Amino acid sequence: MLIKLTGGKVYDPASGIAGVVQEVYFQDGRIIDTPKEVPVDKEYDCRGKVIMSGAIDMHTHIGGGKGNIARTMLPEDHRQDPVPRTHITRSGNGHAMPSTYVTGYRYAEMGYTAGFEPAVLPINARQAHMEMADIPILDKGGYVMLGSDDYFLRMLTAKKDQKAINDYVAFTINAAKAIGVKVVNPGGINAFKFNQRKLDLDEQNSHYGVTPRQILQVLATAVKELGISHPLHVHGCNLGVPGNIQTTLDTIQGIGGLPMHLTHIQFHSYGTEGDLKFSSGAAQIAEAVNKNKNITIDVGQILFGQTVTASGDNMRQYANHKFASPNKWVCMDIECDAGCGVVPFKYRDQNFVNALQWAIGLETFLLVDDPWRIFLTTDHPNGAPFTSYPHLIRLLMDRTFRNEMLATIHPQAQLMTTLGSITREYTLDEIAIMTRAGAAKLIGLKERGGLAPGYWADITVYTDNANREAMFEKPDYVFKDGELVVVDGKVVMTKWGTTHIVRPDFDPSVEKDLQSYFDRYLTMKLGNFKISDDEITEDGRGSLTVHPTVGGAV
Amino acid sequence: MTVFTEVPSPFCGVGTDDLTIQVDGLTVKVTAYGCAVNSPAFEQAIGDTSPKIAGKTVSLQEAVSKAACLLADSKQSVMGGCATDVNGMRALLSLADRCGAVVDNMNFTAARNNFLALQDSGWMNTTLAEVKNRCDVLLVVGTDVESFAPRFFERYIWSQDAMFLDNPHQRDVIYLGKSPSGSASLSPEGKPATVLTCVNEALPEVVLALRALVKGKPIQALDVCGIAIADLQSIADKLKAAKYGVVTWAAGALGVDNHAELTVQTVSEMIKDINDKGTRCSGLPLAGKEGDLTANQVCGWTTGYPARVRFAKGYPEYDPFLYDSKTMLANGEADTLVWVQAFNVNATPPVSDIPTIVIGRSGMTFTKEPDVFIPVGTPGIDHAGHAYRTDNVVAIRLKKLRDSGLPSTADVLTAIELALQEQNHVN
Repeated sequence: MLIKLTGGKVYDPASGIAGVVQEVYFQDGRIIDTPKEVPVDKEYDCRGKVIMSGAIDMHTHIGGGKGNIARTMLPEDHRQDPVPRTHITRSGNGHAMPSTYVTGYRYAEMGYTAGFEPAVLPINARQAHMEMADIPILDKGGYVMLGSDDYFLRMLTAKKDQKAINDYVAFTINAAKAIGVKVVNPGGINAFKFNQRKLDLDEQNSHYGVTPRQILQVLATAVKELGISHPLHVHGCNLGVPGNIQTTLDTIQGIGGLPMHLTHIQFHSYGTEGDLKFSSGAAQIAEAVNKNKNITIDVGQILFGQTVTASGDNMRQYANHKFASPNKWVCMDIECDAGCGVVPFKYRDQNFVNALQWAIGLETFLLVDDPWRIFLTTDHPNGAPFTSYPHLIRLLMDRTFRNEMLATIHPQAQLMTTLGSITREYTLDEIAIMTRAGAAKLIGLKERGGLAPGYWADITVYTDNANREAMFEKPDYVFKDGELVVVDGKVVMTKWGTTHIVRPDFDPSVEKDLQSYFDRYLTMKLGNFKISDDEITEDGRGSLTVHPTVGGAV
Repeated sequence: MTVFTEVPSPFCGVGTDDLTIQVDGLTVKVTAYGCAVNSPAFEQAIGDTSPKIAGKTVSLQEAVSKAACLLADSKQSVMGGCATDVNGMRALLSLADRCGAVVDNMNFTAARNNFLALQDSGWMNTTLAEVKNRCDVLLVVGTDVESFAPRFFERYIWSQDAMFLDNPHQRDVIYLGKSPSGSASLSPEGKPATVLTCVNEALPEVVLALRALVKGKPIQALDVCGIAIADLQSIADKLKAAKYGVVTWAAGALGVDNHAELTVQTVSEMIKDINDKGTRCSGLPLAGKEGDLTANQVCGWTTGYPARVRFAKGYPEYDPFLYDSKTMLANGEADTLVWVQAFNVNATPPVSDIPTIVIGRSGMTFTKEPDVFIPVGTPGIDHAGHAYRTDNVVAIRLKKLRDSGLPSTADVLTAIELALQEQNHVN
């Protein structure tokens, strides 16, 4: 079926097109060139509308054990947002940590066609994939967590060479079916098991004698040398600690020019100035990001209201449990592999710290110059549920609205932020970069996040509206792989997306030592640990899309 | 004859995956690493392979169609058992969503002891590999571990190696509540566990006293429910002196309808207290039987709630008491029962007068023939699948060991849903 979108204003940063009225054609799931005299099967009048590729959330907690703990722990949150079934869609529940089906529908209804789970524990990767397999419409993928696993730390203590590390990292990416590598509180999750309650960048793990700085360097090198497109995805040390701005700046310097993605940087941009010893470090962070082209960031914006924080960083989640609201929380140590912590949170605009966190996130967005190196996230659900993205986009694109909101937050926080004086308003082109082209480039997705011929036809059509929140929360049309899945912000058809992965090469002899490690110390056989392709594809819904490594074959 | 090695078991809950299994035609024999739970469960002979309607053999299609008819006529169906693999649970929830059914895992009333604590105050837990490598003090609360999982001690406590213990055979094991039924908790060096017994009903009070001692609160009494305060004090001291203490319990062993959730909650809060006082300590709830954690996990991500939900209003509602299928059947609140049990031939449905559809492991027999019986294969024997083990983190990949031709739970439930959809279409 040949489909034509007529008269829409196209924003396709991947092709350098910013607001040009032009036709978009697609057929059999892919964008095509203007066809010669072929009758069009279906034409959509897109005059007055904005056309972008489907949005990609490059950091969202949509699959894995900690999310299911969050769901199970908070029945009262679900009760306020029941989602009835329709003749097309399954029932479920929403709000902070929606059920999988509702996650897929609500993302699609905002024009998103892909989401990436950033914290896939190798030992819990099966669960992450099984949950994501039950998210309709969206493409998905995950970054596998390393850096606090005992096998890796033993390698560092034993002074194994970089090649051996690379083999282990590549093995794990393959075994867990991931597209990137993440490190969370480098070595800190492990240190917590040895009863360390904090771990600075240059502080040693009490058992292994290894520092977070070393872990970051070794893993960032591995990712680069293996040719993984997505830079090492870093949730840094000292999340949420006032004064952690210095840790973050040191982390940027310490990586020595290697590609590195600093995630939810808002939570890592705190100073200690002012009467309340809590201040914004956004300007310094933005300056460092602007200067260091090897660095990319996503913000992890907080927005006011009830949510739940779910993180692999059980060291910091444990420390933050005293802020749990409602007062219940879970921490877990997991399989000599990693950990997790789930703490419900209610961000309040009249709370000084929360109000300033809100402003710090926005300052970061507005002070970083290059939209190709900053990404729009709330670290769903940690800063806010993903359903708040249209509101966040309006805050970025509409200075008047932003300042109106600013005037309502805790008065002392207003005094501690430069937000009111920042005049920048994001353009539609910049939004399209952050949420589409830039995200696809960062993750290394081939043929996604753009509208050039040959790309998959993941397309979102919005009615241009000065109220950007209204515009982005209700697209006119969303096409996934060329099929119309959303009309007027409501799902009209469901389908299944693919799972994006990479398969870096490794020396298979790495499995020899791993096998004896598994047999001696772990509780599962190595052969049973590795996820096979058919686990993703056997039900006939799932599929794997393998992306190339840099300098490697698919 | 085929021999399979490193076979994972969905039966014992603790995820043993080192079994050697010999398959000769349809006969299965565990030849290495078997135990009192796993061996009989794997070796259970196949019985019926044909479905039955009211005891009479019919085709699969007829049985599916009859089941769909019964569900079409139902105003409030109940799907009990829910003992299957991940795909089976997915299909069950899909069907329940369509029918407006109640979904109730057969172990939920036991698991409720944990869920009430989790949903009220939370916990700090750990997983089996952490126990194996770090645990230096193990406190067992109200549970006979070895009858639950015969190989727990062998695999996770008396291991040859532990990364962070000089000698894993010197771990301290303490039983509070029940005494061990066998010798599994005896260390290889011959050191017996410390045992302090009391009845289940006394546990909430006993663990409250223990928590008070952990927090350094003075207790005037000399004993609590027959246990000397001095003995409890020594447990508190051991937990506080441990490098990595672990407290384990099986929710079902603590009893049902006796407010055992208070035991779970007090123990979990005590673990938090120990961490707040500067020592690491974690909980380890034991479960994973009959697909209970699998049911709760899949129901969790599909609905947001663990596996006691109702879809009657068109969306899932959770109530840990109201949607107890046993109570609903007793009160006449359900008009059709679907019983799903792919693991255990002895776990037959509760006998009731309402139309009953059984999707059961082949070999299941009944005192009263159900309206529809569709024998299915067992995940991990007749087809591949996934199941969660006790720590609720690790999903094991179940293998297919033989070609029995038996359909999977998911095959059957999906077919019933399709038939129901077609019937609704016709009507």
